Amino acid sequence: MRIAARGLVVRFGERAALAGLDCDLVSGELVGLIGPNGAGKTTLLRVLAGLQRTDSGEARYDGRSAGELGRAALARRVAYLAQSGLSHWPLSVDHVVALGRLPHRRPFSPPSAADRAAVEAALAAAEVVELRDRPIGSLSGGERARALLARALAVEAEMLLADEPVAALDPLHQLRAMALLRAAARKGAGVVAVLHDLTLATRFCDRLIVLAEGRVVADGPPSALTDAVLAETYGVTALRGERDGEAFVVPWRAAGPNLRD
Amino acid sequence: MSARAASAEVGYGPLVAALAALMLAAALASLMIGYARLDVPAALADVFAGRSTAAAVVLEQIRLPRAALGAMVGFSLGLAGAALQGLLRNPLADPGVIGVSGGAALGAVIVFYFGLAGAFALAMPLGGVAGAVVAALLLYALVGRGAGTMTLILAGVTVNSFAGALTALALNLSPNPYAAYEIMFWLMGSLADRSLPQLWLALPLTVAGWALLLMSAPALDALTLGEDTAASLGFDLGRLRAQLVAGAALAVGAAVAVTGAIGFVGLVAPHLLRPLVGNRPGRLLLVSGLGGAIVLLAADVAVRLIPVHPELKLGVATALIGAPLLYGLIDRMRREA
Repeated sequence: MRIAARGLVVRFGERAALAGLDCDLVSGELVGLIGPNGAGKTTLLRVLAGLQRTDSGEARYDGRSAGELGRAALARRVAYLAQSGLSHWPLSVDHVVALGRLPHRRPFSPPSAADRAAVEAALAAAEVVELRDRPIGSLSGGERARALLARALAVEAEMLLADEPVAALDPLHQLRAMALLRAAARKGAGVVAVLHDLTLATRFCDRLIVLAEGRVVADGPPSALTDAVLAETYGVTALRGERDGEAFVVPWRAAGPNLRD
Repeated sequence: MSARAASAEVGYGPLVAALAALMLAAALASLMIGYARLDVPAALADVFAGRSTAAAVVLEQIRLPRAALGAMVGFSLGLAGAALQGLLRNPLADPGVIGVSGGAALGAVIVFYFGLAGAFALAMPLGGVAGAVVAALLLYALVGRGAGTMTLILAGVTVNSFAGALTALALNLSPNPYAAYEIMFWLMGSLADRSLPQLWLALPLTVAGWALLLMSAPALDALTLGEDTAASLGFDLGRLRAQLVAGAALAVGAAVAVTGAIGFVGLVAPHLLRPLVGNRPGRLLLVSGLGGAIVLLAADVAVRLIPVHPELKLGVATALIGAPLLYGLIDRMRREA
């Protein structure tokens, strides 16, 4: 699947969350969507998931608009993982993950073998098999984030749009979740993840899209995140390194002569 | 949100079967128990043989409408309560929250106030249904289609308060004290002295309402994870809200129009049964409807067994039982949290 967004403008009152944004996303790629707070990352993800009306511009899915594609088809092909890890009722992890199969199921019919297999695969991939009978409210923040990631994986969509999927995780599970997202991309899905951890973003992503003030300011391989881009968008300088052939960036100091420590 | 909450889940099929059996037993008890002693099998034989004996008349004209209405109204209240709790994702929501029960009560009271109740037998129930429909339309007018859940709650509270104020106004301006007295008693809710024509009037509206509410099950499940997630799973939330308000207006509006306001059933039935379906809002719908029917039939049997005259009003009885029960549930929730 290819999502092509052209000229996206979204205004909340006076403020433009997206100010004429273009981007293209294709299956098979792990894309890190990065940028400072308020840059428009969540708004962009919600537009791409068909959850947010635009004031102008639109996203097209293999050339078709969300309206032409239809709600049900869009739900099967594009999965969305919301930033807030909330569940209003204390469902078991099993039941939460099974919600990801709703776009594929006929209403009021029991889950098919494919549905059950997808739930099992998602539980295993997100490493929550042993939590499956626990009410989701009883889990720690990180466990809950993994359960909700499993819910999004269970959709088995061509494109997964994940808003801060690793923010609540401990370092081990951050590494595992990033590896899992990369593996999903290798298997052919497109993955777009909003990330704040630039080290994880530069290490794992095939491509980074850097947003600032509702526009794309850089788009390319992790090397596109140059010192100039970091200083301009985040106001930081960074350490750069390489280990086992993987380049990474560690934010180090606030940029500018007067801001050092 | 304890571990117990999930482990209390039982098989859905057996649960529905058990509740349906309990509901039939409660309906049977409602047929058997009354102020006059009635040989039910003999009366039944008379009814089928077409003999209009006194027993047959009591069974057909008094006991049967009372039991059938009890089951129907209880099912409506339990189902609508579960659906609205799912939509608003709040265990304290009930059909009163969106204003349709207040609107239905007002509609019936207006008919009464202008002396139309005596004009023809179905004037009051028709007025009640009209009131519920007007309340639902007013709710739409206030919130519009794109509005969110919080706006819906606030608008519902507004409609409910306004309907309550107009009902109080009717009492205030009531031309004679007897009319005010009768309105007040009607508002307390009762299944006594209802007739089969009232049942036939309410039934089609009620069944249409049930269908709208029951069809929302998958969307309510999806809403567990919030509105964005539900929309990303392919559900149109604007349509869902419209569907549930219309369903509740039809089912609860028809119920209140025939029986008056009966509180707490729509609140307590979903609360009691939620753990047994693993807290899944979709599965709670049918189960809570059956639970509501059981609670209402049992309460209606109880008011006939309690030797108090005049008969305790059903709405009073459900509130007397319901309020302490609800407190117990809240207390348990607080200790488990």
